[in-house]
Amino acid sequence: MSKKTLIVVGNGMVGHHFLEQLVASPAAADYDILVFGEEKQLAYDRVHLSEYFAGSTHADLAMGTADWYTEQGIQLLLNEPVTGLDRDQRTVTTPKGDYHYDELVLATGSYPFVPPIEGREHPHCFVYRTLEDLDAIRASAQAGKSGVVVGGGLLGLEAANALKSLGLQAHVVEFAPRLMPVQLDTDGGALLRHKIEELGVQVHTEKATTAIVAGEEARLRMNFSDDSHLETDLIVFSAGIRPQDALARSSGLEVGERGGIVVNDQCTTSDPHIHAIGECALWDQRIFGLVAPGYTMARTLASVLNGDQEAAFTGADMSTKLKLLGVDVGSIGDAHGQTPGARNIRFNDEQIGHYRRMVISEDGKKLLGAILVGDNSHYDTLLQYALNGIALPDNPETLILPESQGGAPALGPDALPETASICSCHNVTKGDICGAIDAGCGDLGSVKAETKASTGCGGCTALLKNVVDSELEKRGVEVSKDLCEHFPYSRQELFHLVKVNGIRTFSTLIRQHGRGHGCDICKPAVGSILASCWNEHILATDHVPLQDTNDTFMANMQKNGTYSIVPRIPGGEITPDKLIVLGEVAKQYNLYTKITGGQRVDLFGATLSELPEIWEQLIAAGFETGHAYGKSLRTVKSCVGSTWCRYGVQDSVGMAIRLEDRYKGLRAPHKVKMAVSGCTRECAEAQSKDFGVIATENGWNLYVCGNGGMRPRHADLFATDLSDEELIRTIDRVVMLYVRTADRLQRTSVWMENLEGGLEYLKQVVLEDSLGICAELEEHMDGIVGTYQCEWKTAVEDPEKRKRFREFVNAPEKKDPVQQWTTERDQRRPVLESA
Amino acid sequence: MKARTCWEAVCTVEDLVPESGIAVWTAAGPVAVFYLPHRLPALFAISHTDPFSGANVLARGLTGDLKGQPVVASPLYKQHFNLVTGQCLEDEAVSVQTYPVLLDGNEIRLEVPVKQSETEAA
Ligand SMILES: Cc1cc2nc3c(=O)[nH]c(=O)nc-3n(C[C@H](O)[C@H](O)[C@H](O)COP(=O)(O)OP(=O)(O)OC[C@H]3O[C@@H](n4cnc5c(N)ncnc54)[C@H](O)[C@@H]3O)c2cc1C
Ligand code: SF4
Ligand code: SF4
Ligand code: FES
Repeated sequence: MSKKTLIVVGNGMVGHHFLEQLVASPAAADYDILVFGEEKQLAYDRVHLSEYFAGSTHADLAMGTADWYTEQGIQLLLNEPVTGLDRDQRTVTTPKGDYHYDELVLATGSYPFVPPIEGREHPHCFVYRTLEDLDAIRASAQAGKSGVVVGGGLLGLEAANALKSLGLQAHVVEFAPRLMPVQLDTDGGALLRHKIEELGVQVHTEKATTAIVAGEEARLRMNFSDDSHLETDLIVFSAGIRPQDALARSSGLEVGERGGIVVNDQCTTSDPHIHAIGECALWDQRIFGLVAPGYTMARTLASVLNGDQEAAFTGADMSTKLKLLGVDVGSIGDAHGQTPGARNIRFNDEQIGHYRRMVISEDGKKLLGAILVGDNSHYDTLLQYALNGIALPDNPETLILPESQGGAPALGPDALPETASICSCHNVTKGDICGAIDAGCGDLGSVKAETKASTGCGGCTALLKNVVDSELEKRGVEVSKDLCEHFPYSRQELFHLVKVNGIRTFSTLIRQHGRGHGCDICKPAVGSILASCWNEHILATDHVPLQDTNDTFMANMQKNGTYSIVPRIPGGEITPDKLIVLGEVAKQYNLYTKITGGQRVDLFGATLSELPEIWEQLIAAGFETGHAYGKSLRTVKSCVGSTWCRYGVQDSVGMAIRLEDRYKGLRAPHKVKMAVSGCTRECAEAQSKDFGVIATENGWNLYVCGNGGMRPRHADLFATDLSDEELIRTIDRVVMLYVRTADRLQRTSVWMENLEGGLEYLKQVVLEDSLGICAELEEHMDGIVGTYQCEWKTAVEDPEKRKRFREFVNAPEKKDPVQQWTTERDQRRPVLESA
Repeated sequence: MKARTCWEAVCTVEDLVPESGIAVWTAAGPVAVFYLPHRLPALFAISHTDPFSGANVLARGLTGDLKGQPVVASPLYKQHFNLVTGQCLEDEAVSVQTYPVLLDGNEIRLEVPVKQSETEAA
């Protein structure tokens, strides 16, 4: 059977989603597929269009790639608008020719409505819909000072924010008496206005523009019907959208009175071979100006083309939750209470700027709609009540009261029925999620990958996580890899976010991906991730507040508030002169001195203000910090090796020093220890270390992920007879993989035990490069090695950083009275307080 | 009888470290002053002495928020103290002294009891 031809007009969000669905289904085999796009670019994420001004490129926003289209055998013809449709001949016309179709899908979206105002053709008047529009606005803004958005709806406010981000004084001109008239009521609109004005955007309501003329102080002047006027350098119209139904009109398809291509539940138009989906389609007299309903239509149509008799579009929820200019706004269901008999409950705290309104049914049992301004934390719960018709509690007001005033906690995921829709973008119900978990998905990531939930607008992320956690818990799975209450991510996920998005500060990370202000769990974890990624000095101003006290003061705090100091002694090799310096410094400051298990010297009892003085001397003598305080490489222990030992086959000390110099300072999820033995007698106890190296006749054997301490683990033999270079490259890769993927405070031993596929998997990744990431891991490591600095050296040379080491900032001479000393075995030690 | 107090100037704005603490010596002994710029008010003062270890270290703890309350974590055994009330979050029976704090021009002032014998200061 020869293939039929399917043509899609419009390469926007919904058209693209439709193709994704179709090619993954059996019907794909029946069609040759052609796609026409009027825009020059491949379909992109219009919902996040504004991010284009924040530096995102088309590639960042793109929904797919040209390669994907080629691989699927889809012919993609961009920059080629369809200008004509002949239904009798079943052809479409473009400037380049005519094309025959058997089935036609119209996914032409909508276009911005520009009110018929005199002067609207002025070159500094724009709309806000496409990347090209944004390019033009950016160009115009460069030489301008102010900008006006006509229209105070959702998109208008987004556009106003964009103008503000371009450095313009932004104004919003709205015809109605309040902002977002569709979604909000008078009180909500007033609060939103107040908040937005606080942010420096001027709002003008009840203004009808009559003409746009040349300005006196700015490029343009807008005249209003009340005889007032406003001068501005550019104007963005955002006065609503109109369905793009030109082809349907000219070919006699049925269209709505106010536009829109009429479709039935199967998304088919009045011509059985023509279908329409997305914002151009009119279903049940309604246009859906959001992406989720468009996606649902796309899925429905794909099923229909696969012969599914049951597939039907049955309408969609238009609830929205957004952050407009940083202000939370939510609108659910019948927000205006138009249902007969509907009653209202309002909570309005002008002090903190929170407004909440619930619209409930006459019998008080069901939630019909809601409005939220200033705080969306109640949104998920309210939406679930509204969507699933869950019976309201006896005192429904508790749902919107602050907890301190008797408010109820959020609706637990257990209370949701199986049919509850969790992700409306991808139409995923709680039942689907349970199904995915029962089919083997063991964490949030795999549920997302399996069901696609939360990969659309992202609005359902928190709810999805709750459901997954609660279901996993029910099945006895230990959950919550969450770092803490501030970040719903594991360390690995955070690492990825930091690296991929180039995030360099804690504040950016928590603003974009967390909540609240952080704590002693997430701050050091993020500090370590930032250090692993970018290797900036840990006392750089942004990083100071992130470090654990030991990292902040680059020494180990002991029980009486004093510190111990451990200079680096690579491989345990030290010259007599340096040893003498250690002795002299210890004597001068009366420091208790002890040899550590890692072949170095630990000096105890230094006060905060003594630390920089002591380090000045140590640095002058050639010492570097030993990072005994950090989650980083501690020591590389070694035996004396072939240089002296009669059994030795390789220079273990030389290799230990080389390794220690290479990895010193690297920040990791936990401390890392290494050791090198000069022969199989293993005097350096390398097999109890994270990385153990044992010399062979032919080179080095590498053992990984061992541990001593509380939970001993014998290291696994990873590779044999490596040359010096091979050894270092192999360790580079394993260390970096560990740094990137381990959880907070997870030693390599536990990391390995939790690694799916275990040792074999690790070997494949590192030795055979099965993931193709080895070059990247090495490069990352080289970058870190290349930017090493001795933190103490940097700190003592910088007066600003030294300021941190004042014990009492207003009393430099003051001695901490609780540090009391006595003498034992000829050395000073703290007096133990009587407990 | 209510002890007499005064507003003692303890340091300047330049001494503060955002999102972190510093220690000052006052008529009432060692006090930790925290500066959390995202909060209103942004300054907090509590005793610098960690009640669990007796060591003067609280200013060197990590700050943050737990369930919305501003806290510092003791750098020794990691208990959290509410910066407003001094209450220890892990142990109801333990709390640390808090002090009213204000910004006077460029100076940070603490309200401390006037007469506090300094005998313990060795
Ligand atoms: C700034 C902005 C913010 C938004 N924020 C949100 C949000 O937060 N949440 C939400 O749900 N929705 C949001 N939306 C709406 C969302 O982007 C749309 O619902 C969605 O893009 C609709 O998809 P579509 O495929 O139907 O239309 P479109 O994405 O507009 O795609 C239609 C495509 O068809 C092309 N086309 C039209 N006619 C022809 C022709 N004759 N020949 C060839 N090609 C043609 C057009 O050029 C266009 O590329 C936002 C929109 C904008 C502009
Ligand atoms: S491990 Fe071998 S080379 Fe090293 S000290 Fe022991 S016996 Fe000698
Ligand atoms: S073994 Fe215990 S007492 Fe000894 S140093 Fe380690 S933690 Fe301290
Ligand atoms: S609701 Fe949009 S991604 Fe789930």
